Amino acid sequence: MTTATAPDPARLAASPAEKKARRRSLLHWIAVHSLGIAAALFFVLPFVFVLLTSLMSDQQALTRDLTPNSWHWDNYVRVLETPGFLTWWKNSLLYAGLGTVLVVVSSIPVAYALAKFRFRGRHLSLLLVISMMMLPPQVVIIPMYLFWAKQMDLSGTLWPLIIPMVFGDAFAIFLLRQFLLTIPNEYVEAARIDGCGEFRTLIRVVLPMAKPGIAAVALFQFFYCWNDYFGPQIYASENPGAWTLSYGLESFKGAHHTDWNLTMAATVLVMAPVILVFFFAQKAFVEGVTLTGVKG
Amino acid sequence: MSTDTLPAKEAAAPAAPSPGGRNTLRHKRRRNALRTLAFMSPWLIGFGVFFAYPLVSTLYFSFMKYDGLNPPEWRGVGNWTYVFTEFPQFWPALRNTLWLGVVMVACRVLFGLGVGMLITKIKTGAGVFRTLFYLPYLAPPVAATLAFVFLLNPGTGPVNSLLEAVGVPAPSWFNDADWSKPALTVLAVWGVGDLMVIFMAALLDVPKEQYEAAELDGASPWQRFRFITLPNISPIVLFAVVTGVIGAMQYYTQPIVAAKVASGKMGGSGEVFVPGYPDDSTLTLPQLVYNLGFSQFNYGAACVVALVLFAFSMAFTALLMRRRGGLIGSGD
Repeated sequence: MTTATAPDPARLAASPAEKKARRRSLLHWIAVHSLGIAAALFFVLPFVFVLLTSLMSDQQALTRDLTPNSWHWDNYVRVLETPGFLTWWKNSLLYAGLGTVLVVVSSIPVAYALAKFRFRGRHLSLLLVISMMMLPPQVVIIPMYLFWAKQMDLSGTLWPLIIPMVFGDAFAIFLLRQFLLTIPNEYVEAARIDGCGEFRTLIRVVLPMAKPGIAAVALFQFFYCWNDYFGPQIYASENPGAWTLSYGLESFKGAHHTDWNLTMAATVLVMAPVILVFFFAQKAFVEGVTLTGVKG
Repeated sequence: MSTDTLPAKEAAAPAAPSPGGRNTLRHKRRRNALRTLAFMSPWLIGFGVFFAYPLVSTLYFSFMKYDGLNPPEWRGVGNWTYVFTEFPQFWPALRNTLWLGVVMVACRVLFGLGVGMLITKIKTGAGVFRTLFYLPYLAPPVAATLAFVFLLNPGTGPVNSLLEAVGVPAPSWFNDADWSKPALTVLAVWGVGDLMVIFMAALLDVPKEQYEAAELDGASPWQRFRFITLPNISPIVLFAVVTGVIGAMQYYTQPIVAAKVASGKMGGSGEVFVPGYPDDSTLTLPQLVYNLGFSQFNYGAACVVALVLFAFSMAFTALLMRRRGGLIGSGD
């Protein structure tokens, strides 16, 4: 791009070969950015159509129109006034908020031990953590359901989903461990030589350095809970008072068969918190994705 | 090398003339073992209660006739033969999983790589583009699926309106057995942000000198991609493929929500939801566990499908872990 904007004196005396190279790089710039805009449209247009439809009148939502004739912001009020919708919001926040705190607190010491201690069975433990991480939740759902519903009598609530988070989460442990590996051992050793106990080393020395990793884990866990559909379907489906937004949204569509405008407004309300959180914590999030995939 | 738990270190330090040297060494080792145990304890309990025990229990129930009401009864391999030979949804679900594992994963990896390369080339507004490309990955699956069933609906959907406006015959997407999986693939490709970020990081790690050397040798763009980019990022491509296949086997929320919404039968009062709508084309193995267990109360057969799912997942996870320096990396 510099070639196109900078009034370079040498440019006047440019040889034909240089001119050709400049034109090629300009063409390259245009090609790359056109492709970029095309891709951006593919990623953004679905959001735009959803948003536009959510603002249409009931009648217009049944047509093929792409933009609303009149803007019906009250659709959002109607969605929020739907019985249950605010309860689902509250439940989602409870599940995601409590889940995040519990998982972060319980996963940190495990990840620390896996990253910085040497003990027999460390490699095996790591293999088992990864196996748990890759295990589809449906594999163990029958015994888990029987346990929570028949023995603990907790079906119809979200507790069967929240309580297990007291015991760490394989994905959080793995991601945190990957992050803790990037903290040089010298810091840990220096703290030990200064007479810090392991626990104090973790709290005082390691945790302050691990903030980005912890933020990434917290975000992933929050989104996992917020998006979870299978868990609430298994344990909470019988009791609409315990539904989360992700689960309730589907039945919202069921109750408003043809009202695409209201359904899309509800969809926006479910997507919005996630997108908002992302804008505030973009860096931590992208770092987390990279960490699980690439670094070792 | 971090470590006060390594016995070799103590042994190599002879300047410890305390009389009970061996004793304190043993003492220290035991203390270290206890400390490790304490730090690992949340996960150790979790592993036992939420992984090992239910896995053994799933195996047990796979040989039992059990409906949740009457006490379990021994059924031998009856559940297994039922699932493999009589249960009509097993093979369609397996075929769908195979389709998703090949086509959907291939589309996601190719598209993710393409977008990742594009983003490394963009000079102006790279941050904005990256955010826009990444955003759909964050859309909650239920919401994203609802949105796409609307966008692709054959009656009033904007996509088909646009297709017809330019004269392309518009398919019925989620309402056509031949097009429901491609529609799900479009949805999955839309959410390719995770792969884009991973590929982007890998592409930026390719040593610049190699490109410069190739340029001097007069290599074409394709040759540069083929002989420099691809060999450098191939471990990441493999990682993306294997985790993609594992994801395809776990594919649950999107197909079930799409089938419910597109069929208009949510399984609410008086309506019977037909899983796999249309014509079993969106059935996946995890859905069978749900259908068998929680709609038909045939827990034994559900456990058989669960174990099939387990075997596949572990096979691919093992593939992932065999690679050195990949997912696990070395901790030292």
